[in-house]
Amino acid sequence: MQWEVVIGLETHAQLRTNSKIFSGASTAFGAAPNVQACAVDIALPGVLPVLNRAAVACAIRFGLAVGGAIAPRSIFARKNYFYPDLPKGYQISQYEIPVVSGGSLAIAVGQNDGRYEKTVQLTRAHLEEDAGKSLHEDFHGKSGIDLNRAGTPLLEIVTEPDMRSAAEAVAYAKALHALVQWIGICDGNMQEGSFRCDANVSVRPKGSDKLGTRREIKNLNSFRFMQQAIDYEVKWQIERIGDGGAIEQATVLFDPDSGETRAMRSKEDAQDYRYFPDPDLLPLEISPAWIAEVKSAMPELPAAMKDRFERDYQLSAYDAGALTATLATARYFEDCAAAAGAADVKTAKLCANWVMGELSARLNAAELDIAAAPLSAARLAGMIRRIADGTISGKIAKEVFDALWAGEAQDADAVIEARGLRQISDTGALEAIIDEVLAANPKSVEEFRAGKEKAFNALVGQLMKATRGRANPQQVNELLKQRLTGE
Amino acid sequence: MIKASLRELSAALAQKKISSVELSTLFLERIERLNPTLNAFISVDRDKTLAQAGQADAAIAAGGAGALAGIPLAYKDIFCTEGWATTCGSKMLANFVSPYDAHVVQLLKAAGLVTLGKTNMDEFAMGSSNETSFFGPVRNPWDTAKVPGGSSGGSAAAVAARLAPAATGTDTGGSIRQPAALCGLTGLKPTYGVVSRYGMIAFASSLDQGGPMAKSAEDCALLLSAMAGFDPRDSTSLARPVEDYARDLDQPLAGLKIGLPREFFAEGMADDVRAAVDAALAEYRKAGAVTVEVGLPNSGLSVPAYYVIAPAEASSNLSRFDGVRYGHRAPEYSDLFDMYCKSRAQGFGAEVKRRILIGTYVLSHGYYDAYYLQAQKIRRLIADDFAQAFEHCDVIMGPTSPGVAFDVGAKSDDPVAMYLSDIYTIAVNLAGLPGMSIPCGFGAGGLPVGLQLIGNYFDEARMLNVAHRYQQATDWHLRMPEDI
Repeated sequence: MQWEVVIGLETHAQLRTNSKIFSGASTAFGAAPNVQACAVDIALPGVLPVLNRAAVACAIRFGLAVGGAIAPRSIFARKNYFYPDLPKGYQISQYEIPVVSGGSLAIAVGQNDGRYEKTVQLTRAHLEEDAGKSLHEDFHGKSGIDLNRAGTPLLEIVTEPDMRSAAEAVAYAKALHALVQWIGICDGNMQEGSFRCDANVSVRPKGSDKLGTRREIKNLNSFRFMQQAIDYEVKWQIERIGDGGAIEQATVLFDPDSGETRAMRSKEDAQDYRYFPDPDLLPLEISPAWIAEVKSAMPELPAAMKDRFERDYQLSAYDAGALTATLATARYFEDCAAAAGAADVKTAKLCANWVMGELSARLNAAELDIAAAPLSAARLAGMIRRIADGTISGKIAKEVFDALWAGEAQDADAVIEARGLRQISDTGALEAIIDEVLAANPKSVEEFRAGKEKAFNALVGQLMKATRGRANPQQVNELLKQRLTGE
Repeated sequence: MIKASLRELSAALAQKKISSVELSTLFLERIERLNPTLNAFISVDRDKTLAQAGQADAAIAAGGAGALAGIPLAYKDIFCTEGWATTCGSKMLANFVSPYDAHVVQLLKAAGLVTLGKTNMDEFAMGSSNETSFFGPVRNPWDTAKVPGGSSGGSAAAVAARLAPAATGTDTGGSIRQPAALCGLTGLKPTYGVVSRYGMIAFASSLDQGGPMAKSAEDCALLLSAMAGFDPRDSTSLARPVEDYARDLDQPLAGLKIGLPREFFAEGMADDVRAAVDAALAEYRKAGAVTVEVGLPNSGLSVPAYYVIAPAEASSNLSRFDGVRYGHRAPEYSDLFDMYCKSRAQGFGAEVKRRILIGTYVLSHGYYDAYYLQAQKIRRLIADDFAQAFEHCDVIMGPTSPGVAFDVGAKSDDPVAMYLSDIYTIAVNLAGLPGMSIPCGFGAGGLPVGLQLIGNYFDEARMLNVAHRYQQATDWHLRMPEDI
């Protein structure tokens, strides 16, 4: 039988606010246990929550970025359950009316010829508080509780069951990961748990429009694990059904060491969370003016920027997509293009190539973020200007790039001068060198005249060698041809 | 001095006729003598109180101290007070010393009031007789065989027996007004949102409101002026300008329209209560007020609606008492689940458990719509009833409680009978309105009867004026029980 995989994702993005969603305690990561937990976070008797408007602004940003509907009035509810790292015995979340409903995210899946685009519909995004952490090591059989994370603002982003493969799920997660960082609402740090995904996975016979029973894989904190976990889960579900078994709704955990998923709790143990509106908090009201204020401070969104790059710089969809993968890359490219003189589309294309090519490769090798690149967009632009005006060739530029990367000089011109890399474009000078090369290589000259085209290339090579690559390649070609055929 | 009003105490302190240390000592000695019988206080700390009184004296001597500086005040043990045990009448918090002050405590301390001690109360404010306290029942100073009412029974008994000049209370369904009535005091529950709930241990968040309990409307007005005010730490606190609630105390009552809800005067009220309330209304008519009949057709639904909403919120509010971070933890347990079960089973008393169970039930999947949502709709209807009634009157009056103080133990095995003792007060909390109880006579056994005043939203000053003028014409509020 042919199976179809159906996946929906729930993502918890930690919002980049200075203080917690319902208290004034700091949200900074990595502090000693419990030093960032105030009276409200540890739920002392009598304390009350007060909503942090900065967290709401993040939710509005997200709603605008995905084209969702921002609720003029949404409600915070209490989700009641007992756990030692949940100090109040309930989590404040949004249940019936979330702050954002609907919206969508465009994703690109696969590489080269297999590449396709798709739109994933979002169900909702709602605000809630994070719990603390239970620490099970180093306490001699007991558990320690760290409440620093308790009350950290989260945006839970839920998709429709729109994805049909692990690859699509990963592509969505990556696109969402890029977007939340792009709009500045989440630092995207997956190791620190700032961005974590749960995947609801089910399978059904191809052509069926009825959803299969799903199992939810919890806490996927890397794209690689997401791919592995979903692949394993799909295989497991298909095999189980193939063996005549049925899938039971369950929550499962992925074990990266074994590469397997295993059930944590079944539907029978599903808790009744007794949701009800939190009487300590007023309904969250968002005015059109607030939305307008947030909108005015929004950066240009990646999709719009990609379209603009294609239009203004005449870049291919692929190039524009690569350059808008992150806001930092896009900004670097635009700064570089502006400084290099992007009115000329050839110069813009040169900038794109250098950013996506050499710069990107070097950053990867050095494991550096583009924001930490040793050479600024302005310096790279200075070098590209010299390529564009013929001062150096593309090949020589690599040497200039290396020098700039190593911090040898302040700008490309200084490198070119210090190392004597200026391209030789003077006809008289080039002709003199051609004379020397022809005199030194009579055999190649003869071969060329005998009709061997290859010999021409050998002579060009010799010329370049003699000038240490500085000869203007186009002029060399023309002058050499004239000399060899014109005599 | 023990009979003096707050204004008289203030004057005596300002004129150095008495120091705050002397005044505090006077009350501490009364507590020492009478509290073993009344059990009105859970915590008394002579050193702390006298140290604070000494500071108040220094502030008065230096000049510029507030009008209430140096006056001792008792706090219901539901208000978090820094450095003091704050037990909420429960074994669960018997060992909890608050590291912070409630907003109300901060304000009253800043006004110079001296903390006299923490008063007994029904456990987590759940009760109408002060018999559910882990620290034992409180006795009514008018007759120690009787209950003082609840849940602010310790505050009521303390002020009635003149162990404190005044006290704070909280009112979720009548917990200020009913004990005030049963102990012959004046007590005021403000409009929801006027007094910050920050640091007031939550019972039912959408209903809880702190307020003053004192000997007179004037004292209540002075205290409320010091307790009320916007607090950014309470999202339900209202951003309103600070008010002087004593400003209208002496306004004449001529033309005042008093609404009498026919539902309050139907059956259910004891004869002695009815007689005292009728006499009070006659006194008001004498002062130039007119009475009009009004309807609160949905008020009969207030008790059932309340016993859905309040337990629902309480079941969630009390989840934080899990033995993990503070409060009672069972000495022995086998695993996490066992620790929760044993700690909570040992830490909470029967009435608290009953309400947690009711609340958990009504919020459960499949029952939420049938109970919680229905109750919220009733709540809206009750608020609408009041809105309509206030189109025809300025203030609503009726009994505070259907009867006078009952015997200790009389209703403790019958929760429904106990719940019905708040039948006249609960609707006020559901609507979020301000309400008062003032003494209006004595009934069977020489026990006090309370007259309830219900005002429109933010009409506290008007209500206090209506109460004060009555107290100028009568002396019920000045009567005090003989020392036991």
